[in-house]
Amino acid sequence: MSSTTQYTRNILVIVVAGFILIILPHFIGDYYIHMATMILLYGYLGLAWNILGGYAGQFSFGHAAFFGVGAFTSTLLQLNIGVNPWIGMFLAGIAGMLLGLFIGALCFRYGLRGPYFALAMLALAEMLRLLAVQWMTVKYPLGINIPINTDSFWNFQFDKKAPYYYIMLFMTAAALYLTHIIEVKRIGSYFKAIRENEAAAESLGINLFKYKLLAMAISSFLTAMGGTFYAQYYLIVDEEAAFGVNGSIEILLGPIIGGAGTVFGPVLGAGVLECLSEVTRDVFEGYGGVHLMVYGVILVITIIFLPEGILGGLQLIFRKLKKRGRRH
Amino acid sequence: MSFLKADEINVQYEDMHVLQEVTMEIDQQKIVTIVGANGAGKTTFLKTIAGILRPTSGEIRFLGDRIDHLYPHKIVEKGLVRIPEGRKIFPSLSVLENLELGSYLPKPKAKRPESLEKVFFLFPVLKERSKQLAGTLSGGEQQMLAIGRGIMSLPRLLMLDEPSLGLAPVLVREIFRSVREINKQGTTILLVEQNVFTALDLAHDGYVLENGRIVLKGKSKDLLHNEHIKEAFLGI
Repeated sequence: MSSTTQYTRNILVIVVAGFILIILPHFIGDYYIHMATMILLYGYLGLAWNILGGYAGQFSFGHAAFFGVGAFTSTLLQLNIGVNPWIGMFLAGIAGMLLGLFIGALCFRYGLRGPYFALAMLALAEMLRLLAVQWMTVKYPLGINIPINTDSFWNFQFDKKAPYYYIMLFMTAAALYLTHIIEVKRIGSYFKAIRENEAAAESLGINLFKYKLLAMAISSFLTAMGGTFYAQYYLIVDEEAAFGVNGSIEILLGPIIGGAGTVFGPVLGAGVLECLSEVTRDVFEGYGGVHLMVYGVILVITIIFLPEGILGGLQLIFRKLKKRGRRH
Repeated sequence: MSFLKADEINVQYEDMHVLQEVTMEIDQQKIVTIVGANGAGKTTFLKTIAGILRPTSGEIRFLGDRIDHLYPHKIVEKGLVRIPEGRKIFPSLSVLENLELGSYLPKPKAKRPESLEKVFFLFPVLKERSKQLAGTLSGGEQQMLAIGRGIMSLPRLLMLDEPSLGLAPVLVREIFRSVREINKQGTTILLVEQNVFTALDLAHDGYVLENGRIVLKGKSKDLLHNEHIKEAFLGI
């Protein structure tokens, strides 16, 4: 297939998929709109994680740190000095990025790699969680409630679920586009080189420190903006939802299951996980905890048989088929 | 003014002296080899030139400019390119992507098509396999890829760290033939080898490193017949 026909085909797929996703809320109920919004949110967070973890190979186990800082920044700014949540979202991104640059500079300057970096990130999120626990016990023992406002775009509050869905759809599309840009540009090649082999990347003249920090900055900025969305969606922020280990794991499971270091993997993974968790919950209703066990078993099986994630596994199979075809 | 000159450099890991008072001069367009046993400090020397390790004292000059305080990526920009030991390629990128990664700096990028042609002329097998994942190449092909990727950066000095490591003799000859070819086209080569006799046979000048010190230096033809070398590396 020539590259132009492939290009037209890709454009066509995107237009059709976009059209379906845009009209979708008119045909499904609130429950499914909520589910779709959650898929998009975790797809978006997975995309953000994927830039640092999937492309640059710096496996973060504590992205809840950025998520939580985002949720807290916009919420506290709104409550205390009346900053509009949209502006708050941008400032949240900045706050997340500053935190990312700080921890990144520390970790990368001293060459923390692999599991050590992952654990440093986990510790960061836990530190922030404990700080929040102590501080909120005194000031906001029931969590921080965002006061209900009138339904308007400017207020980032809506009576219906669909507007939240559209906001998240837009954010996910933007993150996908950004990932695509990174994938095809020099910066993406640099990230991949660092992931594959740091020593070789360094010998090619890639500034390891600079590019790792860059991946960290983009990733933490996007993740923190996701935190603001979460706060505006639920209109409540508490330390467990913001900084909990569960959050960090949920963020990285999507890319891992879907395919880390691919453009669509994180969104695909988030979709599969969300559906899986809903279906097991439904099927094992009434047997407390069983759905989590089944969910866990399915995750383990996926990771054993598709270590590269669903998209990675498909690419591998596709490659093998092509090779076999060439041989005959 | 010499091409590259290391002047009395000392390098330490913690409190262990790895290089002691190493002085070395490399002339333009030559092949210079550093030979020595395991742990003599050969790789450390290359890493120091490349800016990955810092000398505790002494200075390194390239065309008269001091480079011993520069970051590794700045040194690559100056045209000093190191090919690390052990075929450090990017396994899940294609052969072509690996090569392109060598040529993202402005100057090499402008010459990317010519450089690619040069690499494919030198190693035709890489052209055949350009779409293949680099991790699926054989050991010898991976070494060719690593060298090719170095050439893509338009090196003025190409530093090769043990290119013959773990390769069958026929492939070693192939690699050494390509090194000679690269040199003929005008690139200065600094070759680190355990394969003492093959390396001395190829090079113009040679240095022998033992326990972090240079114990012998000279024209490699003379070194080949040196009694000390025969004794140390052949056991006769």
